[in-house]
Amino acid sequence: MSLSMNLDPVQNLPAAVPPSHMQALHPPALSHAAFLPALLATKIFQSPTNIFAPEATPAQSIFGLSLFVLAICGSVFLVVAGLLLYAIIRFRHRPHDSDREPPQIYGSNQVELSWTVIPVIIIVVLFLTTTRVIFLTEHAPRPKDALDVTVIGHQFWWEFRYPKLGIVTANELHVPVSDPAHPTPTYLTMESADTDHSFWVPSLAGKMDVLPNKVNIMWIDPEKPGIYLGQCAQYCGVEHAKMLIRVYADTPAQFAAWVAHQRSPAVIDPAVAEGRQVFFHNACIDCHTIQGTAAHGIFGPDLTHLASRDTIASGSVPLTPNNLRLFVDNPANFKPGALMPPMHLNDHDLNAVTKYLLSLR
Amino acid sequence: MATQTSAPALPGQASAPGGFFALVTEWVTTVDHKKIGIMYIVYALLFLVVAGVEALLMRIQLAVPNNHFVAPETFNRLFTMHGTTMVFFVGMPILFGFGNYLVPLMIGARDMAFPRLNAFSFWISAFAGFLLYFSYFAGSGLYGAGTAPDVGWFAYAPLTARVFSPGHSTDYWTLSILLSGIGSLGTSLNIVATTLCMRCKGMKLSRLPLLVWLYLVTSCIAFVAISPLTAAQIMLLIDRYLGGHFFDTQAGGSAVLWMHFFWIFGHPEVYILVLPAFAFANEIIPVFSRKAIFGYPAMVAATVAIGFISLGVWAHHMFTVGLGPGANAFFTFSTMVIAVPTGIKIFNWLATLWGGNIHFATPMLFAIAFLFQFLIAGLTGIMLSASPFDWQLGNSYFVVAHFHYVLVGAILFMIFSAFYYWYPKMTGRMLSEKLGKWHFWLFLIGFHLTFDFMHIPGLLGMPRRIYTYEADRGWAIWNLIVSSGAFLQAIATLLFVYNLVRSYFKGDIAGPDPWDAWTLEWSVTSPPPSYNFATEPTVESRRPLWDLKHPEDPDTNYE
Repeated sequence: MSLSMNLDPVQNLPAAVPPSHMQALHPPALSHAAFLPALLATKIFQSPTNIFAPEATPAQSIFGLSLFVLAICGSVFLVVAGLLLYAIIRFRHRPHDSDREPPQIYGSNQVELSWTVIPVIIIVVLFLTTTRVIFLTEHAPRPKDALDVTVIGHQFWWEFRYPKLGIVTANELHVPVSDPAHPTPTYLTMESADTDHSFWVPSLAGKMDVLPNKVNIMWIDPEKPGIYLGQCAQYCGVEHAKMLIRVYADTPAQFAAWVAHQRSPAVIDPAVAEGRQVFFHNACIDCHTIQGTAAHGIFGPDLTHLASRDTIASGSVPLTPNNLRLFVDNPANFKPGALMPPMHLNDHDLNAVTKYLLSLR
Repeated sequence: MATQTSAPALPGQASAPGGFFALVTEWVTTVDHKKIGIMYIVYALLFLVVAGVEALLMRIQLAVPNNHFVAPETFNRLFTMHGTTMVFFVGMPILFGFGNYLVPLMIGARDMAFPRLNAFSFWISAFAGFLLYFSYFAGSGLYGAGTAPDVGWFAYAPLTARVFSPGHSTDYWTLSILLSGIGSLGTSLNIVATTLCMRCKGMKLSRLPLLVWLYLVTSCIAFVAISPLTAAQIMLLIDRYLGGHFFDTQAGGSAVLWMHFFWIFGHPEVYILVLPAFAFANEIIPVFSRKAIFGYPAMVAATVAIGFISLGVWAHHMFTVGLGPGANAFFTFSTMVIAVPTGIKIFNWLATLWGGNIHFATPMLFAIAFLFQFLIAGLTGIMLSASPFDWQLGNSYFVVAHFHYVLVGAILFMIFSAFYYWYPKMTGRMLSEKLGKWHFWLFLIGFHLTFDFMHIPGLLGMPRRIYTYEADRGWAIWNLIVSSGAFLQAIATLLFVYNLVRSYFKGDIAGPDPWDAWTLEWSVTSPPPSYNFATEPTVESRRPLWDLKHPEDPDTNYE
């Protein structure tokens, strides 16, 4: 037990996470009768990205299928490995054995037939069960209250666009929780701006590749409010490792408030006019957008409400004044290989622009 | 027995009295299948050590979260080079090496059908490996000195486009794969022609040793599988230098097209690598169980079935690409079906052990571990074939653990087994059994520490190919265990290499038939003369030496 003390994911989350968001990270209740789920819920297997702790319908149906497949494969293993072990022990050479060769047996068609037919039956059962889950997930009827989000993979961050709400944000995806009685799932339309990526939040759904010149669609419907973690699962270049995903499942009230806030214009705070000046007189505006200003760049994340996010650098560090300052100074401080160049600002300008960015609530 | 002191010579050594230069000339110019086989094997061992060191560096980096042992760019090059090297410059050459050495001997031939093509195939493959590593010195071209490719061993488009991979590192990767493919095609053609045309009297197809049957099927798969890979490399070169847009997504090309091209090679490639491992098991398990292989016709049929089915499963590497439910269901089915012929093989090996008199010499220890490990690898393969389960497990460390269970737990274990079994034939000296057992147990423990525990971070959401990971994900303890096992395997491998070298000079004299075995290679001296057989042998059953040793009850009565 002491070994697993440091592995509690809740302890290590950035301080900015409000306590109500943490519920989803607790291990699944020990209600499953099966041994495996109980084992996987123990502390040493605790992880915010455990595929056996599903919190949305697609992940749940995969979880159900995986238990069935595991049970079959486990049984086959026990039978075959047991027979192998028995044969090896029972028929081992003993020192007092005579030198005579054992009886030579060349084969038997009946036996061959039996160990061909039994696996065929097992496979047909497995295949039919699997196909049911494939169609349940990929051909699910779309409820009329579904939310649309366009996910765009970039080297090495995520852009989230809400076309019907007019919102553009990055790396932290906000979706409403879905009540099974009145489902409000979120449909993610996946596109890539450059190389291959893959969107993977294990507790919500299996992964779906995010490819250039190919549009993929997946859906999620978390029932419990909370933060669900994931990351890019298709090698996309130098900083593939730090292309993290945070999905915030908000209650309807939280989500409405978030939408209203994101749709409001960017804050213009006279107290940070100097930093604003630095931002608009440097290359920042070539890559970043701040709604309602001259900054219309599309290569980097939209910064209109940057300070409303909990993290920067695609989820790799919490958004704190010091982290933000270090990142603007040189992104390689956190993400060597990030496409944003070091800005080479002097200390004064750096402090000013950091203050300006922090004002963009 | 102990009075025998004369050092056994490798084939050809005796005929090279002119010192070192003559010896080198002899080996470089040889067209003898045995020497070419040995060169393939030594070459592969060299790269095994190189790619093993790359694996160790990666495991140091991943042992703890947020580690800074290597830079991200370095890590990405390490996994690209490790994968490419292990598949193309360790797996293929070592298996072709054994095939080259054994196939003519086992069918009673004096050499391969095309000895000079054989030499050409080896040297072009060897050149390809060195070309790949030359990128470390020249890969960046005009942008600077050297960098190895960093696009991953399956080099997904469009990361390989010039905009994402400037310099020449990707070109070194492309050209070395292209050249090694030409070598592999040459050797495959040679094995097919040799097997079909060079058999001795009485060696009907129904009497071929199973090893030869499996090499025949492997070579046929290689024909079909390597061609699209070669085509794709040429298309990539056209994209990069002649303005083509096959895979250039920024100009309307298709990333998915590359995936199809790569995996229609990539999945059969798994069988190209694993069938030779099955081939070794088919020879070694019966000899140490002292029984004929159970169900020879079923084994041949299962092998041919695997060969055909393996060509229709490639898109199970692409379940997350968004092919749609129809395609996902089809490839789920075709992938699961392959479990049937593979299951037949495991059951036949089990039946061969059943009622036998099992001797636990080192080759058999590795073969027994292979049986259990291949069983597990097959079952995790079934899990991955259920496409929704794959949506979670695909591209995670679970997949990495699964295919290393196949490549190390099954294939490398059988390669070690084959070394202990045929090294006496190749050198005339036995490998040390004592060192062999140390090697076996250390490697076994290291293997299971590494690859059993590697499944778990995958189940906990750890994707592959990340150079570091967050401390809050609960992956740290598992990665530490995985890394510690890697070092145990490295120590065991060093013991093995020491055993190879030491036994060459000091090992016990083997004699022609140290294992009391039954196939034709054991009927000639160890090492065999350069012409193999003084007179063409005649066989009347699948186990000619059994018939010779048991004239009272030969196999001919039962086949």
